[in-house]
Amino acid sequence: MSTTTTETTDNTGLSTDHSRAVADGAHTHGQGTVPEKSRGDRATSFALADFPLPTGREEDWRFSPVGRFQGLFGGVLTGVAPQVEITGDPAVTIERVGHDDPRLGAAGAPGDRLAATAWESFAEALVITVPSNHVMTGETLVTITGTDTPPAAQHILIVAESLSEGVVVLDHRGSAELAQTVEIQVEDGASLRVVSVQDWDAGAVHASSHRAVIGRDATLRHVVITLGGDVVRITPEAAFTAPGGEVEMNGLYFADAGQHQEHRLFVDHAVPNCRSRVTYKGALQGDGAHSVWIGDVLIRKEAEGTDTYELNRNLVLTDGARADSVPNLEIETGEIEGAGHASATGRFDDEQLFYLRSRGIPEAAARRLVVRGFFAEMISKIGVQSVQDRLLAAIDAELDIVMGQLIGTDDLDEADVIAAVESGVVK
Amino acid sequence: MSTLEIRDLHVSVETPEGAKQILRGVDLSVSSGQTHAIMGPNGSGKSTLAYSIAGHPKYEVTSGEVLLDGEDVLAMTVDERARAGLFLAMQYPVEVAGVTVSNFLRTAKTAIDGKAPALRQWVGDVRTAMENLRMDPVFAERNVNEGFSGGEKKRHEILQMELLSPKFAVLDETDSGLDVDALRVVSEGVNRVKSTTDVGVLLITHYTRILNYITPDFVHVFVDGRVAEQGGPELAERLEAEGYDRYLVGSN
Ligand SMILES: Nc1ncnc2c1ncn2[C@@H]1O[C@H](COP(=O)(O)OP(=O)(O)O)[C@@H](O)[C@H]1O
Ligand SMILES: [Mg+2]
Repeated sequence: MSTTTTETTDNTGLSTDHSRAVADGAHTHGQGTVPEKSRGDRATSFALADFPLPTGREEDWRFSPVGRFQGLFGGVLTGVAPQVEITGDPAVTIERVGHDDPRLGAAGAPGDRLAATAWESFAEALVITVPSNHVMTGETLVTITGTDTPPAAQHILIVAESLSEGVVVLDHRGSAELAQTVEIQVEDGASLRVVSVQDWDAGAVHASSHRAVIGRDATLRHVVITLGGDVVRITPEAAFTAPGGEVEMNGLYFADAGQHQEHRLFVDHAVPNCRSRVTYKGALQGDGAHSVWIGDVLIRKEAEGTDTYELNRNLVLTDGARADSVPNLEIETGEIEGAGHASATGRFDDEQLFYLRSRGIPEAAARRLVVRGFFAEMISKIGVQSVQDRLLAAIDAELDIVMGQLIGTDDLDEADVIAAVESGVVK
Repeated sequence: MSTLEIRDLHVSVETPEGAKQILRGVDLSVSSGQTHAIMGPNGSGKSTLAYSIAGHPKYEVTSGEVLLDGEDVLAMTVDERARAGLFLAMQYPVEVAGVTVSNFLRTAKTAIDGKAPALRQWVGDVRTAMENLRMDPVFAERNVNEGFSGGEKKRHEILQMELLSPKFAVLDETDSGLDVDALRVVSEGVNRVKSTTDVGVLLITHYTRILNYITPDFVHVFVDGRVAEQGGPELAERLEAEGYDRYLVGSN
């Protein structure tokens, strides 16, 4: 397998940046900009005016096709926000509030131009609250459907009050040009799972700033699944406000020809004894399919006892696709539990394919097995069965795009084999 | 009754320095129920022969034929060959992340048979075959070859041979890296398939010790990409005593 791997485990006060570790053509790291001294120095602000229009040379825009965001760069957005439909546990409160609601903005200020645009532009915010001590039955499903209206903004705040347990799924469909903020507050002792699915139709442009704060002994499980849309850029940020917090950030993406899927994560360890795990996996196929993964983890001086690990893996299925992957771990204290990161980008493994085919498994089914296998562990971490099922179906549909012409070349009952592949997947 | 015929097979691989010829005219004919040992020093082209029969894309057949009951094997895709009844137990089995052994086996069985196996029967067959090979049942839920020891990988190969019951099985150094106990277990597995089916076996090996457990009908000495000598089991005994030196003199 032609794999590019970088793997490091640090327990010294060093910063590691792989932005210059160039390997095979499917895995490049961009060039031509001067990185900031520290991720912690990056300016944040609620004022759009504080963020000049990106040119594509800035550290946080250097991998992005800025031209394709033009619809969102114009200033304050006035389009009608995508439709929202909510189902689930009736004990979870749903409110629509004005911009001036004091709960909004508590998860920190925007960190880039589009996050500031989203903040300045929204008219009404959606607030979803899991009440204190409540243990949810099932998930709250928020279906967000774009109807091709002019560029718009949307603001969602999810609060898990103290000692509650809950699951909220944001499901994006249809088409939209959307600048979005998802604020997440996990109060002391609460446990919250947030799953954001980007299953947009072709044409969608989606920039979303997820800003999470995690309280004492609280846990956030954050899952991002990006499949559809033309350009999707998600910037999940997590900050701990008290010791004992834990965050698990999982992501899964599948980029087709012409799609740009960007995930920029930032985990800010500013208090002692918190734990973070970041795992993103993506597959790419087709001309111009592009994924970007940036994993910034900052362990500040005060954050003794931190335990962190981040991983990104990409599977490049065809020529013409490109995965950029930059883990960046900064450690400002020597007193940590553990810190490490890994990044690997590999091409489709011909030896695996040969092994499976030498057992009679047709090529299309063999590829399906390998790609599903690549994602299997991630899929089982989503924790919402309906989303898992849908994702498997989506992955198969993606594979059918390139595999279609390979099926039906002989008298074998392909459907039976596919069914066998399917019956064995992640339960 | 089937036959696998290899006629004047020439194979080369692409290297940075250009095409490199490895097989230089291999002739071999195997019938159902027979066991042919192919013995040769390292680098003589044994794995190349095995992979070429299975259709590995790295190996280019430049001339010659491989026929299964008269059908042109070389014209078939890798998976078609397997469905036609060929099986290769690999010298270095491949890991497949995220795919469990049980899913893999069921998918392969479905592909080979052209229909899904009856579930009850299948689960029983897998369990029995694993027990016979002294494989812990937990292996069924582990990912294919991931973290398997050398011996576990070889057992897993023979497990597949048992469950897929091919017409012809090529076993590429299935004995290498096995301790005595594992060698016996694996050999018993092969013998079980031989006694319950009409499989023809091409037993590739570097050493003679596996022949103490699996008795060959024919022995072919493989040197420098072709069969240098052939005979009955007594030829193996002679190799045991003399080694390959006799054949290497004068070859390049
Ligand atoms: N992909 C390859 N590229 C270059 N040389 C190869 C390749 N595969 C095999 N060879 C060479 O071909 C010869 C035969 O190899 P192999 O068939 O593996 O022998 P054996 O299995 O008998 O040890 C060796 O010299 C080996 O180095
Ligand atoms: Mg070999």
